Amino acid sequence: MAIIKLSESKLNELRDVCKSFNNDKGELINVLHKAQGIFGYLPAEVQEVIAKELSISVAHVYGVVTFYSFFTMLPKGEHPVSICLGTACYVRGAEKVIDEFKRILNIGVGETTPDGKFSLACLRCVGACGLAPVVLVGEKVYGRVAPDGVKDIVAEYAK
Amino acid sequence: MHVLVCGGTGCHASESEALLENLKTIITDKGLDNEVQVIATGCFGFCEKGPIVKIMPDNTFYTQVTPADAREIIEEHLVKGRKVNRLLYVDPENKEQIADSKHMGFYKKQLRIALRNCGFIDPENIDEYIARDGYEALAKCLTEMTPQQVTEIMKKSGLRGRGGGGFPTGLKWEITSKSVSDIKYVVCNADEGDPGAFMDRSILEGDPHSVIEAMAICGYCIGASNGLVYIRAEYPLAIDRLKTAIAQARNYGLLGNDIMGTGFSFDIELRYGAGAFVCGEETALIHSMEGLRGEPTVKPPFPSVSGYYGKPTNVNNVETFANVPVIINKGADWFASIGTEKSKGTKVFALAGKINNVGLIEVPMGTTLREVIYEIGGGIKDGKKFKAVQTGGPSGGCLTEKHLDSPIDYDNLIAAGSMMGSGGMIVMDEDDCMVSIAKFYLDFTVEESCGKCAPCRIGNKRLYEILDKLTQGNGTREDIDSLRNLGNVIKDTALCGLGQTSPNPVLSTIENFWDEYIEHVTEKKCRSGQCKSLLQYVIDAENCVGCTACARNCPVNAISGERKGIHVIDQATCIKCGACLEKCKFNAVLIK
Repeated sequence: MAIIKLSESKLNELRDVCKSFNNDKGELINVLHKAQGIFGYLPAEVQEVIAKELSISVAHVYGVVTFYSFFTMLPKGEHPVSICLGTACYVRGAEKVIDEFKRILNIGVGETTPDGKFSLACLRCVGACGLAPVVLVGEKVYGRVAPDGVKDIVAEYAK
Repeated sequence: MHVLVCGGTGCHASESEALLENLKTIITDKGLDNEVQVIATGCFGFCEKGPIVKIMPDNTFYTQVTPADAREIIEEHLVKGRKVNRLLYVDPENKEQIADSKHMGFYKKQLRIALRNCGFIDPENIDEYIARDGYEALAKCLTEMTPQQVTEIMKKSGLRGRGGGGFPTGLKWEITSKSVSDIKYVVCNADEGDPGAFMDRSILEGDPHSVIEAMAICGYCIGASNGLVYIRAEYPLAIDRLKTAIAQARNYGLLGNDIMGTGFSFDIELRYGAGAFVCGEETALIHSMEGLRGEPTVKPPFPSVSGYYGKPTNVNNVETFANVPVIINKGADWFASIGTEKSKGTKVFALAGKINNVGLIEVPMGTTLREVIYEIGGGIKDGKKFKAVQTGGPSGGCLTEKHLDSPIDYDNLIAAGSMMGSGGMIVMDEDDCMVSIAKFYLDFTVEESCGKCAPCRIGNKRLYEILDKLTQGNGTREDIDSLRNLGNVIKDTALCGLGQTSPNPVLSTIENFWDEYIEHVTEKKCRSGQCKSLLQYVIDAENCVGCTACARNCPVNAISGERKGIHVIDQATCIKCGACLEKCKFNAVLIK
């Protein structure tokens, strides 16, 4: 059993979420969506609580969490940067944009800067192909991003 | 008068919401509330020029409208009746301004059935849907037709599944209706995972009621009272609109118990996907809805017989459903008169990549690729040369110049080594390396393979590794043969649709771009300059004037040289980003 480091009030919130789905194991994915909404990510402790509430094995929960790309076991940065790697963005130069983010933030894809400000991720198609290449910072969408526009985007949040 | 503002995801990202607010505020300020109505609609399709504003009834089409333009549109167009010329679409060919969208090349060849209401109605207002014959088809089915008659119409219409496979919809409904069970399910597959395709999202955002109505019709036809929509969590706007629409339909008694007093009951719930491409496969999708890993299982049994929690389940895609109410209203013969012999109706394509008019289009089956790319799409960006068009996403293949004049339908695309898929259409120009494109798709498939069967889990990884070797300049002739052999083995032996089609991008590019593959292995050359390991940036001493532009823009300080002296690139430090090439005004930077 992992050591519980999460606040008791949030864990109670999580138990309430499970209860709102009648502790039904068929609702596991919906529960995980809500849980990630509460904690920002799905650490082992959270998965253990969910497994207990829904009466399923932790392995089952872990298997589902790691299967779907939407779920993450690592906390994201304060400003999560996601670069669309859908085909439309790829052929319009998304790779060069990623390289520039990596260089400026000095982290790889899937990593978070040491100060916790930025994390870098790739995602597949947000459906705004008319604006390719597309970058998301949090919920904000930046369209037609050129490699030399990257430093301006980072500067907006670096303060 | 109506002012329609696009509220689709693309335009939303370009501040269409602020624009909408500005329009509303100014109209209220001027006391025009009674004469003018501002409506946020679904996607107009012409995402390239978004945000779009359309003025009805005169059908004026404004492009790339910013929030600051709101005042001018109101004061000039609405008050004084003068069009704001600077915001009109300009035909790239003859540079003429076109005010009426009906005359724009982008719309002229289109026929909108599935997208009939997108960009016309407020998706958050059920009355607007009803005003455009909404829920009439459901009423007709419930009060005038038996479930068998509905099946017959669907079969006769020739509608085939728009999600990829192209299975006849009427036949699927018939099989599910014949399965005997106390509970049955209607599932709408809205897990649009194909990167570069966004038609399902646009339909759900622009016309959610058409899907709800069709699901209820399907429920009546197969004898189901439970509907489920499996939708991507990455589509928050579509989820919101769908929730609103379901609540409104319940309120009007169009969902719930005893619909229209006919005794038929049907309701819809949402289930969220969590980002897994394989969940587009119906058995995987069903497992995911049950809260499990989205792994496919062997068919048969088909979901029509044993699906969600072992009950007969009819799975159709969003676009397929969007066609249903129109077919019921206008008849099977009308629908069957559109399209080709074996592919009826229209297909929505998400046109993207190196093309002038990126957007969502709907054309009759049988339209040629040339018409789509050059007439609707406005040709290749920056006047470059067309190289290939990729259809069917990661499951499809790359088609070339020689396929441009063949009519698009399910069977022609398969014969050409590609497939319809969900309708992604990515256009590539001379700057795209086909080996890299194949590698890009394999990277996707490797990531998205669920890992259940060995051919897909291991085979695709090997395909990827060989392609990577080629792009690094370490490939051999034998490697190309291995790609072919392995690709064919994977196609024959993989468990589900994902693995059975994943080698298509590799096999089709080998077939159509053989020379390029050979160049990569024999000459170690990438003609489009995409494979960085195979190229070197050098400065041509004859053309270099020593302006220092390259050295100043080099992100890694790999370029040295005195002012007015010849510059040199240090190959060991160079990261081959191409910034120097872009900045040099004297053509002194060359790719070798």
